Amino acid sequence: MIPAAFEYERAGSVDEAVALLGRDEDAKLLAGGHSLIPTMRLRFSRPSLLVDIGRLDDLRYVREDRDRLAIGALTRHAELVRDPVLSQHCALIGEAAALIGDPQVRHRGTIGGSVAHGDPASDLGTILLALDAELVARGPRGERTIPAAAFFTGPFENALERQEVLTEIRVPKAVGTYLKYVRRAHDWATVGVAAVRVDGRVHVGLTSMGPTPLRARSVEDALADGASPADAAAHAADDTMPPTDASASSEYRAHLARVLVRRALEKL
Amino acid sequence: MTRIALTVNGSRCEADVEPRQLLAYFLRDQLGLKGTNVGCDTTSCGACTVLLDGESVKSCTVFAVQADGCEVTTVEGLTLGDELHPVQQAFHEQHALQCGYCTPGFVMATISLLKENPNPSEAEIRDGLEGNLCRCTGYHNIVQAVQAAARAGA
Repeated sequence: MIPAAFEYERAGSVDEAVALLGRDEDAKLLAGGHSLIPTMRLRFSRPSLLVDIGRLDDLRYVREDRDRLAIGALTRHAELVRDPVLSQHCALIGEAAALIGDPQVRHRGTIGGSVAHGDPASDLGTILLALDAELVARGPRGERTIPAAAFFTGPFENALERQEVLTEIRVPKAVGTYLKYVRRAHDWATVGVAAVRVDGRVHVGLTSMGPTPLRARSVEDALADGASPADAAAHAADDTMPPTDASASSEYRAHLARVLVRRALEKL
Repeated sequence: MTRIALTVNGSRCEADVEPRQLLAYFLRDQLGLKGTNVGCDTTSCGACTVLLDGESVKSCTVFAVQADGCEVTTVEGLTLGDELHPVQQAFHEQHALQCGYCTPGFVMATISLLKENPNPSEAEIRDGLEGNLCRCTGYHNIVQAVQAAARAGA
């Protein structure tokens, strides 16, 4: 369980990290390391260079910006849980962060690292997708903003270019709820559901129901047409591809999605 | 090899490490601090929990190079002379262990928990220690020990 050997550089700034990423085709960023290090230990991942951005403390913040919030990519899960601005204006992010791993994991894991890792079973990506969040990335040609809908391109894949660093996540102020079903303490979601109200419309996101976080568009459309939560939730598994694995069958995940979406909508 | 300098249990230490060296193995094999146990080796069991700049972390999932410049506390760093740390004392008095393998991790996780929440409810203790597993299933006594330590102001 020892990772393959790699070179290590600690970046002193985002620009330095961008430059270091250009040095090696197989370079990877290291933030909190709580997704990357376990995969490296299993040798699923063998980067030849790790660029450590874990000390860039200027990327640890939650700021209010009129009707939106800006979250620094290196904000740790434990910080999301206790942040007063977040709990006032977009509480479900902190509530979901409290369900990630365990206290030790939340002391190290970061929102940017978790989202960029792109595990279809992770919670925060689903919430960002439901919120129509924007992800800010900096690369050699400057900064760009990626809508969450375009960010998650596949399992463990994202829209970042090789030398881009995710620096900030922007979300609207919103009320919402995140429900997660797990079979064991500190496990990944068997299924997770985010329901949020954005600009008078209800958005629903799904975790572990396909290769990336998904939006339950049929549920959203049914609600917009005036369906009851129970009737709309019947569509929760439409157009999804829930996997069958050791924790659940595809059919069971579809069932869970319908139940959890109904509960989330009733709570909203 | 990468040169790191960190403070471990109050003492400054410098060492050359391979970047892939994990903190748990650095503490055990290079510094000889074998109180930090490695259980599952997969970020689950919490036996390897240490404090990194005062917060509990699983040292099997932190590279030693990430601790460069930081302060690390292991179970060896808790005693003051012959006197046990109040959390250790509470674990001792409440019989909060059977085989003892998970105990250093539980003690470190408890210190971090009580720092963040000095008066936790029973539910908060159970949630707060969810990252530590005891295969002897001594959880009831562990919870009592944490309550006793909180009462003692640990």
